Amino acid sequence: MFLDVSFYLNQVIPALNKGLMVSLALIFPSATCGLIIGIIIGTMRAFGKGPIYGFATVYATIFRGTPLVVQLFILYFGLPNLGIYLSPYLAAVLGFTLCSGAYHSEYIRGALLSIKKGQILAAQALGFSTWSSLTNIILPQAMRRALPGCGNEIIYLIKYSSLAYIITCIELTGQGKIIASMTFRFSEVFLVVGFYYLVMVTIATWLLKKLEERFYVPGFGSR
Amino acid sequence: MSIENTEVLLKVEGISKSFGGKRILKDVSLSLNKGDLKVLIGPSGGGKSTLLQCINLLITPDKGKIFLNNRDVSFNKKKDVLALRQQIGMIFQDFNLFDHLTALDNVSIALRKVKKMSKKDAYIRAQMELERVGLGDKLHHYPAELSGGQKQRVSIARALAMDPLLLLLDEPTSALDPELISEVLTVIRELSNSGMTMLMATHQMGFVKSLAQEILFMENGRIIEHDTPENLLNKSKVRTRTQDFCSKLL
Ligand SMILES: Nc1ncnc2c1ncn2[C@@H]1O[C@H](COP(=O)(O)OP(=O)(O)OP(=O)(O)O)[C@@H](O)[C@H]1O
Ligand SMILES: [Mg+2]
Repeated sequence: MFLDVSFYLNQVIPALNKGLMVSLALIFPSATCGLIIGIIIGTMRAFGKGPIYGFATVYATIFRGTPLVVQLFILYFGLPNLGIYLSPYLAAVLGFTLCSGAYHSEYIRGALLSIKKGQILAAQALGFSTWSSLTNIILPQAMRRALPGCGNEIIYLIKYSSLAYIITCIELTGQGKIIASMTFRFSEVFLVVGFYYLVMVTIATWLLKKLEERFYVPGFGSR
Repeated sequence: MSIENTEVLLKVEGISKSFGGKRILKDVSLSLNKGDLKVLIGPSGGGKSTLLQCINLLITPDKGKIFLNNRDVSFNKKKDVLALRQQIGMIFQDFNLFDHLTALDNVSIALRKVKKMSKKDAYIRAQMELERVGLGDKLHHYPAELSGGQKQRVSIARALAMDPLLLLLDEPTSALDPELISEVLTVIRELSNSGMTMLMATHQMGFVKSLAQEILFMENGRIIEHDTPENLLNKSKVRTRTQDFCSKLL
């Protein structure tokens, strides 16, 4: 029955492709916004003082310290208690963004702290303002150091985006579950679902490798 | 404000600095005329680096005054501090080249981002400065691909590109292998001959004797002796602290 081609072509593939589109619509904005939040929070944690440091640390602790499913439940089922109603899609994107932002911030913070004091001193000595040395000297170096870790986090995100179906945002895994329950052909359907994720992760890994090559600087990054 | 001598480029008056209750600089004063090369020597921990970093306000002095071109420099107005740093070039012992940038970008980035020059003009200027320190063939090399001596020459080019009134050099050859020291000293010698004003911490006594106008001997946060190399090292009848220290150098 594994070779029942028409079953795949007519039912599984179209349904999963529809789910795939939703998955991609979850992954792209979550990865982008998560990275931006990670950069901001990571910078606040590395260089911030007082309440700025406190806020960023509390944020990272909460979102790294609680299960993503719980975060999604709170966003989707809990927020309406406060009068905030999010669509399943929005709740999922928000949850993924906040969660991956917290993890990105950890890589960014580590990368920022690994930058030698002399780099900042040299920039200051040339008359760079704090902001300008941050954007021109510190962040470009930190991004190279953080790239492998942040890349990994994006690959995780591709996989944990499958949790969106739990709050009724029917993406790839959700579509798989629907069609599998309808036809009772679980192993076949989920083998294909697994293959879809594998392809996405492989493409992402390849893109990240290209990115690392593009920003390669001798004596840098691989350290 | 003191305007007794228009030739005075830098005047430091009564600078003091403490770190965590420990007094590192105690009432240090000095002045540099245009074109002067003065050197700071003295034992480790004496405060040479701290003094140099106070002069371009990388460290804010607790007390004292700094005059550049007879202008009283304010320590806490951000704009003044940034402007002062642009006018004073700084060379560090361990180069501090920007690790993610090529030699050309190391030299041009401040021109573009601080002086707001166009990319094209900045590159032209940067290339010129790199050629001047003998690195015209290393424009696109990254710091990791350069020797220590080459790195230090890039850092000198980077400082010169900003058209500084004055260069501060903090033991520019101390991190170099002996055979690389001379290529850096040659560049500094040429700079001095072309009239650049410099204050340099160094223990290269041959260089000091042949080129420095004055030795400032620094110990425990104070300049305890200052005179020409000749007077401090050769002529004096009483044995100077500087002689004492230098006899132990090699
Ligand atoms: N940021 C700082 N915090 C605390 N102490 C400091 C700081 N910077 C320098 N010091 C102390 O100030 C003293 C003078 O240091 P400085 O680096 O100026 O000496 P130096 O004359 O340059 O020595 P060297 O020849 O080793 O370079 C040292 O005792 C050092 O430990
Ligand atoms: Mg020093």
